Amino acid sequence: MSGEITNYVFEAMPHFEGYVYPNEATPQPLWSILIVLYPYITGLVAGAFIMASLVRVFNVRALEPVYRLSMLTAFAFLLCAPLPLLFHLGHPERCLEVMMTPHLTSPMAIFGFVYAWYLMAVLLLELWFDYRRDFVEWSNRTSGLKTVLYRLFTVGVTDVSEPSVKLDHKLGHILSIVGIPSAFLLHGYVGFIFGSVKANPWWGNVLMPIIFIMSAMVSGIALCVFNYMVLNWVRRKTIDMKCLDVMCMFLFYALVMDAAIEGLDWIHRVYSAEEGFQVMQYMAREKLFYTLNVGQATLGTVVPLLLLGLLQLLRKRVPELARRRMYFSSAVLVICGVLAMRWNVVIGGQLFSKSLRGVMSYKMEFAGLEGWFMGAVLLALPFILLIVMIKLFLSEQLPTSASLEARDVAAK
Amino acid sequence: MSRNVSRRNLLAKIGAALAGVLVAPVARTAKAAVQKVFVSTGAAKGYDPTKHRWVMAIDANRCIGCGLCAEACKKENHVPEGPYFRTWVERYIITKPAPGSGAARGETLVDCPSGGMHGYPEPAVPKEEIQHSFFVPKLCNLCEHSPCVQVCPVGATFDAPDGAVLIDPKYCIGCGFCIQACPYGCRFLSPITKTAEKCTLCYHRITRGLKPACVEVCPTQARVFGDLKNPAPEDPIRQFYENNKVQALKPHLGTEPRVFYAGIDKEVR
Repeated sequence: MSGEITNYVFEAMPHFEGYVYPNEATPQPLWSILIVLYPYITGLVAGAFIMASLVRVFNVRALEPVYRLSMLTAFAFLLCAPLPLLFHLGHPERCLEVMMTPHLTSPMAIFGFVYAWYLMAVLLLELWFDYRRDFVEWSNRTSGLKTVLYRLFTVGVTDVSEPSVKLDHKLGHILSIVGIPSAFLLHGYVGFIFGSVKANPWWGNVLMPIIFIMSAMVSGIALCVFNYMVLNWVRRKTIDMKCLDVMCMFLFYALVMDAAIEGLDWIHRVYSAEEGFQVMQYMAREKLFYTLNVGQATLGTVVPLLLLGLLQLLRKRVPELARRRMYFSSAVLVICGVLAMRWNVVIGGQLFSKSLRGVMSYKMEFAGLEGWFMGAVLLALPFILLIVMIKLFLSEQLPTSASLEARDVAAK
Repeated sequence: MSRNVSRRNLLAKIGAALAGVLVAPVARTAKAAVQKVFVSTGAAKGYDPTKHRWVMAIDANRCIGCGLCAEACKKENHVPEGPYFRTWVERYIITKPAPGSGAARGETLVDCPSGGMHGYPEPAVPKEEIQHSFFVPKLCNLCEHSPCVQVCPVGATFDAPDGAVLIDPKYCIGCGFCIQACPYGCRFLSPITKTAEKCTLCYHRITRGLKPACVEVCPTQARVFGDLKNPAPEDPIRQFYENNKVQALKPHLGTEPRVFYAGIDKEVR
């Protein structure tokens, strides 16, 4: 009798179609929204940093107005990057074991080190070298708590003589150069966490790290476009169109590369049609139809590609207001599209059984650790941090390329 | 001159080889000793893991799908209620092809209600349409190159020297990476301990000279268990290897499972 009841319950469960291994028949996937956000946020960090490096390393002067904003964006998001990972652990109190006794063959074990290196050695130091002179100046100009804060940030190095500032610049430049491979490492490694899982045909893929790096660059640049436009709108300042045009040009090229590599991945999957292809086909047609075909491919890639591509061709003929709107919508679409991509990778990889005979469904709940609310909070957190940082470190008017040119001329 | 050098090279190589030969067992013993001190495995006192090599084999021809093994495992190891299993039994039904379809076989239907603990419902297809029907007990495949061990970020899951793949529950951080990496779906995150769990071959039993619970209760000896380092006369595991042509699950993944199956079909994965 009890057997019949149990059978009935299992058969009545609406979550599964076909056969899934008994251990896979849990109500929600093992890795859900928190693990979707983790590579998303890490990718935004890497992308925003690459954006900043365009100024420092590749000397793209037109982007100088967004250099500091990009660096602060990268910093704010990096501070939040490990949070979803931490919250998701069964035993968060043991998290430091990953760094104390790392198991070196594990792709996950290296995260602590890559993260620490990137945070301490690259971002924090580069920001400090960039800001040190300003900290000294601001600590003299402000009063009260702000003075104390700025003085703290100088860490006692208050020498602002010309050779000292020059040294800051030089060191900052070196750090930027080191930072580019570090950013690639940070996010390529996140891709490898998924790409190394050979048990899962949706994940186990040699292109995964490259796909992650490309989509990270795309999302990071789009986030900088978004932040720059919103900040100027909030401050009622005019947008530097030269800077915006160049930013979106880079966004377009990064998007072309990203779309090409992801397209290549799909062509390879379809053509080789290895074991598990049928279930993947089913996933793309049914389970992930909206997030993959509509969200990631159409709205997140094709539409912004068309918009941005059009503007590359007809930039001079499109009036400024329309251009701004097109840029803004492209940026928003790309940011959402990359979130959809992370969803498709992380959740998609768990919606089919490793027996390749069945699929699961997943409906996200609202409350709880793995719910909508928590996801929204974790996604809002870096923006809140960024607002505080902008208040503290970007209080002055953003420089425009015209003002920077005037400064250069004066310096000469 | 060149002779001298080559002689010296040769000597160095012999020295290195000797050192390797001498060091390897010491290193293995040291590793075992370290594991013994620092790792919670539930082994008996005085148990020496380097003196055993445990393995299980499955003769699917003998399995009748009674599910006693899955039930015994749940009880013995306090496996949580619900969709959590250290071992389970799948039922495969391969139907005859539709007349005139030109196919060799029909559909493959697989089910495993409650891990097979309480038997199976009547097949969804009438008996006349069934070409083959059989049961496949599943458990940790004891991979030679275990992906779960490879990916654990803290080394909480490890290959014991005696062949068992174990998890230290006091060390596991509950990240779930090993569960994602296991191609056979043998692991789960316990809702009670919040750590990964899996078949340990009933480590608390085998280190005390007993058989795993599933082997103990199997009425048809479909599960064969043994110690490759200490074969008994007419050892069942040796006989199993001698009498059967065997298969492993998902061999293309290169995990080299040490749990061999006799009498399964290509549809089993």
